[in-house]
Amino acid sequence: MDSNNVIELRGITKRFGAVTANEDVDLTVKEHEILSILGENGSGKTTLMNILSGIYRPDEGEIIVKGTPVTIHSPKDALALNIGMVHQHYTLVNVFTAAENIVLGLEGKQVLDMPQILKTIRNITDSYGFELDLNQKIYDMSVSQKQTVEIVKALYRGADVLILDEPTAVLTPQETQKLFTVLRNMKEAGKSIIIITHKLNEVLTISDRVAVLRKGKNAGTLATKESTVQLLAENMVGEKVSLDIKRDEPTNQKLKLKVDDLNYITPDGHKMLDHVSFEANSGEMLGVAGISGSGMKELLEAIAGIQTVESGVVHYYKDDDNEYTLTGMDPSQIRKLGVALSFVPEDRLGMGLVGSMGMTDNVMLRSYQKGKTPFVDRDSPKERSEKLIELLEISTPGTETPVRRLSGGNVQKVLVGREISSRPEVLLVAYPVRGLDIHSSYNIYNLLNEQKKRGVAVICVIEDLDVLLELCDRIIVMNNGRITGERDAKETTKDEIGMLMTSSGEMQSSTGKGL
Amino acid sequence: MSMFLVFIQKAISQGISILLGANGEIITEKSGNLNLGIPGIMYIGGVSGLVGAFFYENAVSSPVPLVGFIIALICSLLCASLAALLFSFLTITLRANQNVVGLALTTFGIGFGNFFGGSISKMAGGVGQVSVSVTASAFQKSIPGLSNIPVVGTLFFSYGFLTYLSIVLVFVTAFILNKTRLGLNLRAVGENPATADAAGINVGQYKYFATIIGGAIAGLGGLYFVMEYLGGTWINNGFGERGWLAIAVVIFALWDTRKACLGALLFGALSILYMYLPGLGRSTQELFKMLQYIVTIVILVVTSMRKNREDQPPESLGLAYFREDR
Repeated sequence: MDSNNVIELRGITKRFGAVTANEDVDLTVKEHEILSILGENGSGKTTLMNILSGIYRPDEGEIIVKGTPVTIHSPKDALALNIGMVHQHYTLVNVFTAAENIVLGLEGKQVLDMPQILKTIRNITDSYGFELDLNQKIYDMSVSQKQTVEIVKALYRGADVLILDEPTAVLTPQETQKLFTVLRNMKEAGKSIIIITHKLNEVLTISDRVAVLRKGKNAGTLATKESTVQLLAENMVGEKVSLDIKRDEPTNQKLKLKVDDLNYITPDGHKMLDHVSFEANSGEMLGVAGISGSGMKELLEAIAGIQTVESGVVHYYKDDDNEYTLTGMDPSQIRKLGVALSFVPEDRLGMGLVGSMGMTDNVMLRSYQKGKTPFVDRDSPKERSEKLIELLEISTPGTETPVRRLSGGNVQKVLVGREISSRPEVLLVAYPVRGLDIHSSYNIYNLLNEQKKRGVAVICVIEDLDVLLELCDRIIVMNNGRITGERDAKETTKDEIGMLMTSSGEMQSSTGKGL
Repeated sequence: MSMFLVFIQKAISQGISILLGANGEIITEKSGNLNLGIPGIMYIGGVSGLVGAFFYENAVSSPVPLVGFIIALICSLLCASLAALLFSFLTITLRANQNVVGLALTTFGIGFGNFFGGSISKMAGGVGQVSVSVTASAFQKSIPGLSNIPVVGTLFFSYGFLTYLSIVLVFVTAFILNKTRLGLNLRAVGENPATADAAGINVGQYKYFATIIGGAIAGLGGLYFVMEYLGGTWINNGFGERGWLAIAVVIFALWDTRKACLGALLFGALSILYMYLPGLGRSTQELFKMLQYIVTIVILVVTSMRKNREDQPPESLGLAYFREDR
C-alpha cells in the first residue's frame, strides 16, 4: 500500500432505488496533489464525493482515511477526519459577514471574541493568498467571493482534503485563474484537493491526476501529463467523439430585431438592464455572455414580453416586411408573431414546463388556445411530442410520462425542442445545454445551427465561453445590466470576453441609487 | 410639568406589556418561527399567574407577599411555556402552517384567559371581585428610597420588579443575539436553516428553545398587566390588543430589542394620549384612541418599502424546515 495515500475508496456502490449512482468505484487521493474527477452529468461524481463528505452512506465498499477504515455519518464526521467539501450551491447566511459565516456553528467560548477570530482567519487567508474582506456581508459579494468564503470556511474547520464541486462553473476566466493559483498554493502546503468537473481544459490545466467516471463506474485514472483533451473525452463518453462545433457562415442576413435603449430596475433597486441596445440578424447566431445575474435573463424576458421595462423599445422586423414594436405587447402575442423563448432555469423545471404533466400536455401549453371548438386538440401535440422524442433521442417511457420523472438532460430537450418545433423567426435560448452530457449538448448545438440555417435569428445565452466562442457568430457581453462590448466571435479570445464580463464599461452602474 | 411627568410614567407602564411581548416575539422570530399566538400566550401568562396567586391567597389565612409573587411567576412562566411548546410541536415537529397555528393559539389563549379569569371572578363573588392584593403588592413594590426622589424618582424608580426585568431582558437579549455563539447560531437558523444544519447546528432544538423562551417572556407581559398594572384583578378582554401591538413593535424595531423599547414607549404613549389632551370631547377621544392603530398601519407601509438588506425580517421567517434526506 502506498503510504502517502490520504484517502482510499474501495469498491464503493451507492444506489438510489432502482438507479445505481456508483458501482464498485475505487479511488485514491494522495498528499500534495490536485485530483480531478471527470465525468458527464449523471456519471456519479458528485454522489461519490457526497459519500466521502458524509452526506450519503455507501451501500457497499469501504473508505480508508490515512490507513484506517472509517464510517462517515455526517459532514461533521467528515470534518473530524479533515475532509471538507464546497458544494455547488453555497451554504452561507446572506446577512452575516464572511467571518461570522466561517465560525458559524463551531464550539468555543460562548462570547465571540471577534478580533481573535479575525486574526486566525487572516492567518489562513494570508498563507494561501486568498483575497477576502472578512467584514463584508455575503449579500454584497460576487459569486467568486462567496466561493472564497466557502473554501476558507472549510479550511478554518481543519480540512486537509478539500473537495470542490464544479468550482469554476460560475467564474469568469480571470477568477478561475485566481482560484487555481490559490489551489496550487494549498497543494504546495501539503493539502489534497479534489475537483469535480466536466470541463476538459481545466482538468489539464490544474490537476496532477484525473479519475474518470462513466455511468457510475471507474473509467480509468490518468496522469494529466500523459493525457489530451481528446483522450479524456473518449474516456468520459466511452466512444470516439468529435469535439468540433460546426459553424456555417451566416447567410442571407437581414435585420430581425432591434433593441433600443432598454432600461429595467428591479423593485429592490438594482439596475438589471441599463441602456441596452443591440441588433440581431436573421441567419445569425448571436451569443450573450456574462456572469450569471448580469441581466441576460432579464434581457431575454424583456424581448419575450415577460418582463416589463422602464423605458426602451424592441423593434421586430417580420419576414412579411411588417415592422412591429414588441414592447408593451403581451407574451402570447409576441410568441404568435414568431419570437420564441426557451429558458432552462437552474432547477430545469422552474420555468416553462409543468413537472407533473406529460410531454403532450407540456407541448400543448403552447397551442391550447388554437382551434375553434372549446375542446383542445390533443392529437397534434402528441404527434409533435413523438417527433421530438425521435429527433432528439429523448429517453422516456412515453409521451404521457410526467416530465418530472425524466432525467435532467431529457427534460431540457423537451424544453428546447418544443420552442424549436413552433418554427419561430427569432429564437431566444438561455442555458440550453445546462447539465447535458457531451452527446446531447452537440445535438442541441446542431439544432440551433439548423435554425440559423433556416434563417432564424438565434440569440443564445450559454455559460461555457469555449462553446459560445465556437458556436456563435457575434457575441455581446453584459455586466451589471449594461452591454460592455460586442465582438466578432471568430476574432476575439476567451480572455477578452472574460475581461468584458467584469469591466464596468465607461460608467460605473449606480446600483441601488436608482430609486 | 407634573402632568407631563405623569403622562410619561403612565406611558411607560402602558408600554411594558408590549415590550415584553415584543421581546418574546423577537427571540421567537430570530429562529424563523412567526408566532402569531403571542397575544394568546400573553393572556395565558396573565391569567395563570392570577389563578395561582388567587388559590394561594385563599388557601392560607395570612398570605406572604413573596410567596404569592413566586407562585404567580412560576405559574405564568410555566403555562406560557407550555402554550409555546404546543406551538413549537405543531409547527416544528409536525410542520403545520405557522400562521394558522398562531391565530388558533391566540383565539384559544384569549378564551382561556377569559374563562379562567371569569371563573375565579365568579368564585370571588362577581365581576371585578377577584383580588390578589397581597401578591400584587409584591409585584408593585417599587425601589424603596429611590422612588421618593422628586421627578427622577417618579420617572425611573416608581415601578415594580417586572418593569425592571423587562428592561434587563432587552439588553440581555441584544447581547446574546449579537455577541455570542448561541445568538449567531440562532440567527443563522432563522435566516437559512439549511446552512445552519450543514454547519452542525441542531435546527429543531434551536427553534424549540427560542420559541419557548420567547413565549415565556411574552407571558410575563400578561402577568405584568394583571399584577403590576391592574393591581391583581381580572377584567374580561381587559388586556385588549396589546399582544398585536407587540407584534407590530417587532416590525417597527426591525427585530432589535433595544429599538423595541422606543416602540413600546411610543405605543404606550399613544394609547393614553387622549386622556391627557385637554378639551377633547367624547367623539374626538375615540379618534385619538385610533392613533396607535393608524401608526401601526403607517409603520407597516413604511417598513415594507425599505430596501436595506439589513432591515429585513429573518429570511426563512414563517417557513417550516425540511431536511432533505434521501
